[in-house]
Amino acid sequence: MVVENQGADANQGNRPLSPHLQIYRPQITSVLSILNRITGIAMALAMVLITWWFLAAATHQGYFDVADGFLTSWFGMLILVGSLWAFWFHFFNGLRHLRWDAVKGMGMKAVRRSGWIALVLSVVATVLCVIWAM
Amino acid sequence: MSYITDRKRVDGLGSSHSGVGHWMSQRVTSIALIPLSLLFLFPFIGNLGGGHAAMLETYAQPRHALIATMFFIVLCMHMYQGLQVVIEDYIHGHRLRIGMLVVNKLFWGSTAVIAVFAIAKIAFSA
Repeated sequence: MVVENQGADANQGNRPLSPHLQIYRPQITSVLSILNRITGIAMALAMVLITWWFLAAATHQGYFDVADGFLTSWFGMLILVGSLWAFWFHFFNGLRHLRWDAVKGMGMKAVRRSGWIALVLSVVATVLCVIWAM
Repeated sequence: MSYITDRKRVDGLGSSHSGVGHWMSQRVTSIALIPLSLLFLFPFIGNLGGGHAAMLETYAQPRHALIATMFFIVLCMHMYQGLQVVIEDYIHGHRLRIGMLVVNKLFWGSTAVIAVFAIAKIAFSA
């Protein structure tokens, strides 16, 4: 961008923009932080589908079979199992947040440790639920 | 040093016109969802793909009907609060932002009403 007036601000229009996420090395803290938002947003779809499942059940058998059939199809299961992991991650990471709100476990070492614990627990809980459901 | 009095600082809560109310309300729904989400999850998984009759039998029980009703109400509140913050953070442009905030509120309000209606119908007609 050509800037005519180079008086007070010679670098106008060519300043670095604030945080470039892509130049930072991903860290457990930042990755889990954004995952908390992504899992929360993603679960909206599952909740709409589950609400539909209840509404269909309250309507009649034929409609329920359509909703239940969709949720138990491969595509429905892909959404539900993905959302199950999203749930467990958001659940355990939410506990981390509530602990921080109580001003506990806020040192960098503790934050990284609880992050890995939440991540591992979310995978374990998802696998256990899927095994239990089969 | 600030020339503003303590009284003035509290009145109207400054330029944002709100304090920690939204943040605090999010914590309250998240704490409520710790037991509610677990109590809802397992019967739901158990009834998925198990047929219409078995599903109606489960949710006609007052215990499961009440858990599911409380879960859906608090869940929709938490979804509304969470997505509201996401919209406020990432959606720029006054019209789009206000529009999406309104849609978000109406959407989760409607979802809660639909879910509660469906559960009530199942619970009362069995």
